[in-house]
Amino acid sequence: MSTATVTRRTEGGADAPTRRRKLTPLRILLHGFLIVVSLAWLFPIAWAVLTSLRSYDYTAANGYVSFGGWTFDNYVTAWRTAEFGQHFLNSVYITVPAVLLTLFLASCVAFVIARFSWKLNLVLLGIFTAANLLPQQALLIPLFRLFTEVPLPEFMSDSELLYDSYWGLILINVAFQCGFCVFVLSNYMKALPRDLYEAAMVDGASIWRQYWQVTMPLCRPALAALATLEVTWIYNEFFWATVLMRTGDKFPVTSSLNNLRGEFFTDNNLVSAGSVLVAIPTLVIFFMLQRHFVRGLTLGASKG
Amino acid sequence: MSDLPLIQADRAVPPPATTTSTGGRRRRLRLLSRTDRVVITLMVLVPLLLVTGFVWLPAAATVLLSGTNWDGIGPLDEIEFVGARNYSDVVNIYPPFVPAVQHNLLWLAALFVVATPFGMFLAVLLDKELRGSRFYQTALYLPVVLSLALIGFVWQLLYSRDQGLINAVFGTSIDWYGDSNVNIWAVMVASGWRHVGYIMLLYLAGLKGVDPSLREAAAVDGASESRAFFRVVFPVMRPINIIVLVVTVIESLRAFDLVWVVNKGRNGLELISALVTQNVVGEASRIGFGSALATIMLVVSLVFITIYLATVMRENRE
Repeated sequence: MSTATVTRRTEGGADAPTRRRKLTPLRILLHGFLIVVSLAWLFPIAWAVLTSLRSYDYTAANGYVSFGGWTFDNYVTAWRTAEFGQHFLNSVYITVPAVLLTLFLASCVAFVIARFSWKLNLVLLGIFTAANLLPQQALLIPLFRLFTEVPLPEFMSDSELLYDSYWGLILINVAFQCGFCVFVLSNYMKALPRDLYEAAMVDGASIWRQYWQVTMPLCRPALAALATLEVTWIYNEFFWATVLMRTGDKFPVTSSLNNLRGEFFTDNNLVSAGSVLVAIPTLVIFFMLQRHFVRGLTLGASKG
Repeated sequence: MSDLPLIQADRAVPPPATTTSTGGRRRRLRLLSRTDRVVITLMVLVPLLLVTGFVWLPAAATVLLSGTNWDGIGPLDEIEFVGARNYSDVVNIYPPFVPAVQHNLLWLAALFVVATPFGMFLAVLLDKELRGSRFYQTALYLPVVLSLALIGFVWQLLYSRDQGLINAVFGTSIDWYGDSNVNIWAVMVASGWRHVGYIMLLYLAGLKGVDPSLREAAAVDGASESRAFFRVVFPVMRPINIIVLVVTVIESLRAFDLVWVVNKGRNGLELISALVTQNVVGEASRIGFGSALATIMLVVSLVFITIYLATVMRENRE
């Protein structure tokens, strides 16, 4: 915030500092409006946290518009009955390899697109970028059939099929998310100075070394932003796991929410504790890596 | 580190003149060793096969299947082509179809007319370098990190008939998620809640990229702030506007998670995406039928994807 202000001031010329100090009625109105909107936006989440910390008996007796009945039991009960430990682990099994693989494959393609100026590169970029924007449901029918036909050895999945296996979910997530990363990374790589490659060529560096030792280290900011974003997206992914998984305890945490609905149906306090548990990893990422998250999102859409 | 990959990339590399392009390409290829060529091929081919196999071929297969009577179980060689019958069935004898289309359009309209302009408005306000701007921004885009499935649960705490806050405060007893007259509005509010933050973020980035001298020039000319925005800033942000338009259309077409966690897209919450899914993983699997629905989605999305690609690629080339 402070650095942004400083740069703005120098850019904005003489009137910027005075504009900042003036507290006109209009400005107060503006702040008032923004505070109201912000609090309204935070409210549903705050309410979920609040509800999760109160005992069902208390809220059942006094209604939700009351104060008291503080307890931590909802979390303990929710964690146990919905087997959150297992589901979180499943999410890790899917998210970590999927994000790493997505970034690796996407950076390979992006490198080739950025490094060479071949005519086909534009087509390639189009194929990848568009794939990310298709509605998932439009691919479901053939994919569903494909997943139930492709065998896997038993040590890879106890279903012995791509269907109902972590492998299948990892692959489909990678295939779907690659497009966005190719798009962002190729733009980023194109902005790197060309001299780097000339120098590397003179040194006799192979293409692989140019990619791995010249380009990739320079792409760290973009990779960090994309990693943050992709972890959030793949962790939040709901559709593929819902339709391509069958065994209850293999579901990642986001899609296990739906099964949880039946178990917790009559108890909103449990529902809220479960929701907060599911939200925690994304919220932690958000608050710790907010800068990367925001940069990643805007990276794809703008020139900044 | 400046925010973004500037799109001057292609400027740095003058494209070879068209007449010599093949010659130039060949020369460049010859500069590469055999290993390099193998490496490049693999670097492109592996991801390409993955995307083709898991995204594009299934998409093409969906279109093909929509013209058949396949039941999803029988062997593939028993497939019969039935022409456009699935499509006419979808339109004529499938009651949820019309409401689903209406709901998708309603969803689009709500995001486009309410959520998107509101997000844009907030971005304009937050672009003013206010004190506490960071707090406002964080609050507004916090919902963006939550999955839509989770959002369905979070809002249930407000919407539930017996335990929800809204009914408790207003003394009503409306089942916001269950009553087919109101539930589509209830889920759209929840979805808009998330969409506003996303749009705000995109526009905020766009506004930061607008040359400040444009605004100053408008101010010198005596244009009011709103006039300067609509006449000067908004037109300059054309690419962002198009991207936001496409994002909004695609989001409303892909809307699925929220209605699926509420009631699997029935009873007032029909959406095309949910109907496709019901026809595949539901009790009755009607493949041709579901494929026809999926193809409709595919065609609509491809139109907007093309617009999107044309926009971003033109941007990149400039």
